[in-house]
Amino acid sequence: MKLITAIVKPFTLDDIRAALEQLGVLGMTVSEVQGYGRQKGHTEVYRGAEYAVDFVAKLRVEVVTDDANVEKVIDAIVGSAHTGKIGDGKVWVTPVDTVIRVRTGERGADAL
Amino acid sequence: MEGNTAWLLTSAALVLLMTPGLAFFYGGMVRSKSVLNMLMMCFGAIGLIGVLWVVYGYSMAYGTDIGGLFGNPFDYLGASGLMTAAGDPTAGTVDIAFQGMFAIITVALIAGAVADRMRFGSWLVFGGLWGTLVYFPVAHWVWGDGGWIGEMGALDFAGGTAVHINAGAAALGLVLVLGRRVGWPREPMKPHNLPYVMLGAGLLWFGWFGFNAGSAYAADGVAGIAFLNTVTATCAAMLGWLLLERIRDGKATSLGAASGVVAGLVAITPACAYVDTWGALAIGAIAGILCALAVGLKYRLGYDDSLDVVGVHLVGGLVGTVLLGFVATTNVGTDGADGLFYGGGAGQLGTQVISAVAVMLYSIVIAALLGLLLKVTTGARVTAEEEVAGIDEAEHAESAYDFAGGRGGRPASVDTSVVSGGSKKLEESKP
Repeated sequence: MKLITAIVKPFTLDDIRAALEQLGVLGMTVSEVQGYGRQKGHTEVYRGAEYAVDFVAKLRVEVVTDDANVEKVIDAIVGSAHTGKIGDGKVWVTPVDTVIRVRTGERGADAL
Repeated sequence: MEGNTAWLLTSAALVLLMTPGLAFFYGGMVRSKSVLNMLMMCFGAIGLIGVLWVVYGYSMAYGTDIGGLFGNPFDYLGASGLMTAAGDPTAGTVDIAFQGMFAIITVALIAGAVADRMRFGSWLVFGGLWGTLVYFPVAHWVWGDGGWIGEMGALDFAGGTAVHINAGAAALGLVLVLGRRVGWPREPMKPHNLPYVMLGAGLLWFGWFGFNAGSAYAADGVAGIAFLNTVTATCAAMLGWLLLERIRDGKATSLGAASGVVAGLVAITPACAYVDTWGALAIGAIAGILCALAVGLKYRLGYDDSLDVVGVHLVGGLVGTVLLGFVATTNVGTDGADGLFYGGGAGQLGTQVISAVAVMLYSIVIAALLGLLLKVTTGARVTAEEEVAGIDEAEHAESAYDFAGGRGGRPASVDTSVVSGGSKKLEESKP
């Protein structure tokens, strides 16, 4: 199994969710995060005082999936999150030892 | 009499609402770690000044004149002599209540300057002493029978001098002694909740109709003039502030709109019954633009007036009070005066300037001295470590936000190992 983590522009979430649902992905975790990469921060002005805001608001989407589906899931996320403009985000894949469903105690692929 | 009483009762409640409104206007502007302290400084002013006002404050402001400086505090001690169902309540109990709300918000206004760093107990001591030594006497100077500013003929319908110049000057005197916040101006200290700021500004505006139109002490044409000018000038001030921002910074901001509203309300306060529409438009627009420029002064001069009490209330109060010398007119049929632009000569202008400068200097000096007194006695500020960690936790042992319950928190005084029950699991889920 693999954990696929994607940092994406917030407005792309609906498309990502729909694309993953089409693949039969049954769950995901979404969190609001802040950070920066090539896309640097922006400037905000409060009562004339300028503030450089270094971190940009992004969403982190996490999906655990079977090894067989990894490429499809990656394609679905990248395809939905892509705008071609700077700041589209990153996707990375990490190995997962096992998964346990809390309610039933099922382990491994059964718990997905 | 019943109609006037009804309006003054309503106005008193409206003016009380301004202080919670102010609490949110200020509370949204501080960082999330000090919002509760800001709300508490405002609510603390309600509790403290509410008591002092009824016990001796009203009497110090409206009791028998002593040398033009203050009223006899024993005349109406604890509302004695006025606590009666007989007679005109707008000269008795309702007057005490209505004017008490002014005393409360004047002290609360100062809180914005010392955000994030003043010990709560020291704030209350300051508020009580400043109210006693400055607000109660100055209210007498301006509005009390025999008060020297009123006798001089200075115009201040609802509190440009007594409330806003007074509070703004006190803010300046206090922050000069208290010093800057840790990290200011190097570290970003941006507002944590602008919707709160807008909500607070809206509540302030709503309550301000009681403040200005209520000061007519009657449900009559004077109240109508004051009410309408409170709309006109405030709208013009918001536009003025936003226009300046658009030109200078590139964007019109929500903080600018909220600040422009308050600047306009402040500036029209002394003038609301004494000007026509053109005067109100001029006062509002000039206040919006000048206050928007004035809030930048603290960075040039190096004083940390956290939420711009000086830039908005002192400057806005000065704009309204001094401009009255130009645009006051008796054409509206109230017992004001004619300013320079309405054929009245420069006399009124001189009177306005003297009253503004006198209150400003007196309030700055006493506030600074009280700040020094606190510094060497109880200590005016929390420690630097407490300030960095957040004054909410240090002074109130609370935190404002815990949306998902993720910060934890178990009952520290209960030994959970011996207490049964309280399980979050539903009974049905047990096997």
